[in-house]
Amino acid sequence: MTVEISRRNFLFASAALSGGLYLGLSPEPVTAAEAGQLNAFVVITPENRIRIMAPNPEVGQGIRTSLPMVIAEELDADWATVEIVPTIADAKVYGRQVAGGSQAMPTHYENMRRVGAAARAMIVQAAATAWGVPVAELTTRGAMVMHGQRRAPYGQFAAAAAALPAPDPASVKVKDPKDFRLIGTFQTGVNNRTIVAGKQGYGIDAVVPGMIHAAFHKSGVQGAKVKSANLDAVKAQAGVRDAFIVPGTDEYEGLASGVAILADTTWHAQRARSALKVEWSDSPAAFQSSAAWAKMAAEARGKAPAMPIHAAGDVGSAMTGAAKRLSATYEYPFIPHVPLEPINCTAHVVGDKVEIWAPTQNPEPGRAAVAKTLGVPPENITIHMLRVGGGFGRRLQNDYMVEAAWIARAAGRPVKLTWTREDDVTQDFLRPGGWHYLEAGLDAAGRCVAWDNHFISYGRDGKFARAAGIGPTDFPAGIVDNFRLGATVLPLIHTTGFLRAPANNAFGFVTQGFIDELAHAAGKDPLDFRREFLGPARIIGDPNARGSYNTGRMRAVLDKAAAMAGWGRKLPARQGMGIAFHFSHLGYFANVIEVAVSPAGDVKVVKIWVAGDIGRQIVNPAGALNQVQGSVLDALGACRNHAVTFADGAVEQRNFGDLPLIRMDEVPPIEVAMLTPDYAVTGLGEPAYPAVAPALANAIFAATGVRLRKLPFDLTQLKA
Amino acid sequence: MKLNINGKPVEVAAEPDMPLLWALRDVLGMTGTKFGCGASFCGACTVQLDGEPIRSCQTPVSAVGTGKITTIEGLSASAWGRKLQDAWVALDVPQCGYCQAGQLLAAEALLRTTPKPSDADIDAAMSGNLCRCATYTRIRAAIKQAAVS
Repeated sequence: MTVEISRRNFLFASAALSGGLYLGLSPEPVTAAEAGQLNAFVVITPENRIRIMAPNPEVGQGIRTSLPMVIAEELDADWATVEIVPTIADAKVYGRQVAGGSQAMPTHYENMRRVGAAARAMIVQAAATAWGVPVAELTTRGAMVMHGQRRAPYGQFAAAAAALPAPDPASVKVKDPKDFRLIGTFQTGVNNRTIVAGKQGYGIDAVVPGMIHAAFHKSGVQGAKVKSANLDAVKAQAGVRDAFIVPGTDEYEGLASGVAILADTTWHAQRARSALKVEWSDSPAAFQSSAAWAKMAAEARGKAPAMPIHAAGDVGSAMTGAAKRLSATYEYPFIPHVPLEPINCTAHVVGDKVEIWAPTQNPEPGRAAVAKTLGVPPENITIHMLRVGGGFGRRLQNDYMVEAAWIARAAGRPVKLTWTREDDVTQDFLRPGGWHYLEAGLDAAGRCVAWDNHFISYGRDGKFARAAGIGPTDFPAGIVDNFRLGATVLPLIHTTGFLRAPANNAFGFVTQGFIDELAHAAGKDPLDFRREFLGPARIIGDPNARGSYNTGRMRAVLDKAAAMAGWGRKLPARQGMGIAFHFSHLGYFANVIEVAVSPAGDVKVVKIWVAGDIGRQIVNPAGALNQVQGSVLDALGACRNHAVTFADGAVEQRNFGDLPLIRMDEVPPIEVAMLTPDYAVTGLGEPAYPAVAPALANAIFAATGVRLRKLPFDLTQLKA
Repeated sequence: MKLNINGKPVEVAAEPDMPLLWALRDVLGMTGTKFGCGASFCGACTVQLDGEPIRSCQTPVSAVGTGKITTIEGLSASAWGRKLQDAWVALDVPQCGYCQAGQLLAAEALLRTTPKPSDADIDAAMSGNLCRCATYTRIRAAIKQAAVS
């Protein structure tokens, strides 16, 4: 969506501002009298205070810092003194307000430059008029307008500028990037100071006058509904004010059925669950178990895929004519998001008006779901997007928003709903697991001439579940001449969803592990084999499609990572290096990982080298490096012990004790280099994740000769 | 019930078995201390009791007695605390930031007893605190920076 800079947006944004000020998250309100509002994103007061709106959900990716930096750069504001103001959810004013898909920067970068440049142009025009000099003779810096020796703060012209017609954003002149003073510099997060003082409000910290605390007890087997519950016993528990059954809705992924418990504190509400006894209806999900699915997947092996997805060339003939054929099964589990801030939402319903305070990554689908479930007009719903204590894709889904709104309406007062960690793990929108039955053919020169993949995934009615699909153009389609991809879908009745670098977070492991096997089968160095596999620099796929990629850019990061690591160095016994690359979410990444494996099978990651390319400009190197390091460690942690399994229809794990995350003492040194070739600016929340697990598996193979094809890795195989 | 929080006596209307975490958050409105897992795995709820990091989600208020509680809201009363806060900001440690209150209270206890910590000291003192965003590299660097500032 393009950003309109218009008088209409002036009015919208003013309304939005007053609603967005909450929890002391923002400076005091801008009143109409003092406002020099130049567009929906920029306010300059006569005192030269500059406020820049931060409309995108902040989940730790640093967007509340980096997008305002883009505006401030073109505005020539003084970054040290600008005030950053989070906004409410209002796509009509702010465009796409989503923390997902690494898309905020590619969607907004050029637009936000124009937002800042337009505001600057209005100030300069007003100054030129006031001073009676041509616009062309004025320069700006640090929120000051200059003409020869004469200089004045922006604020002096703010009122006059705000009365000018807004310029056409398309025709506004933006800076030559070589003149950037702020973009590309290390800028720390705008909320850091409040975070380290314990004063930063997150979703879970929302306080609304008259608020009561809620627990919501659901069956671990999705689709089960409450038939009866001992509500009177629950209501008799200390601190409990009310308890009632939420019947839920009938559609898949609608409002779940359960028992809501309202109490004086979160602790009272949760504690009362131990007194709760519920009789649940039977659910069609009860058949689910990891063992049953593994059996189904094994039965599908050797059969034709139920769902052909893509074919090119003649895989059958190419396999027959191949000098060498190789087959392997790769496997990965369901994994949960487990953001550290447990799922929560605060809601207040008065008549047909709904106010929501939510740590959400994606407010608009939440608005739609609340409107539908409660039967209220979407425009009657105000959504305050509070800082999010971790997203990783979990909060792209807004189930908790619907639950809180429904319970708050039934309660007749503001309600803060807080899930426990156990609720989070058992009711997550899991990254789907899967199997890949792979076969490839090498010709006499050791080149890959055929690739066949039978993908076993999850879904319903023969369709992929959310985030369980695979695309016809996914790597290495378009690279291997004789290529075939098909899928068989196993039945699943449990919510799945997008987790950091969705699909790619698993496919990178599969493709880069198998390519490593092909390299060794061909008797070639894994780096050389990958170079040859990628071939000459060219675009793979429709150049206008999001999934297309440039093999030249991919090879550049591959070579960079190899050079950084000193690829090919001689290493002692049971030490080894692995290499992998992956393209996703418009970003190119390659890793080299060096490991040392003890005789007992313990794997020490000696170092990780990372090379990336997300286009010509890193907006904020501070946040960017944090994202890369975090993604790499997230992926590294997922290689060990991170898996969700099912029995009797429900998730078996409960808390971090069953799902160990990476900790301080397991963190290796990470060296990162970002290449900046002259391509469009893209995002960094996801693409550094997928090439980590395969680089580790490949390193372990180099060190031990043991090929790991299943996540999480079973290290007991590595004993000397 | 009377508690000593951040150097001040505070009257808390809480049952004796209420975990300190919820007394802080839902009774006193001190929301800087975070709920993460409720089972002492993650350390998000870390506060100090007489200078020792403890899990407030596992500590009933009745167990606190006359002990001195320090929460993130009181961290800046400590010279080490202020140095750590400054280093955290300067090195841009936080991503989502949700775990950082617990991290800072654990780090302050480390520096107070071990002003020049080795990497092994940092591993030992900090490995109980999860950071789901995995800002560990910067946490380590910030502790070292605070130690020499």
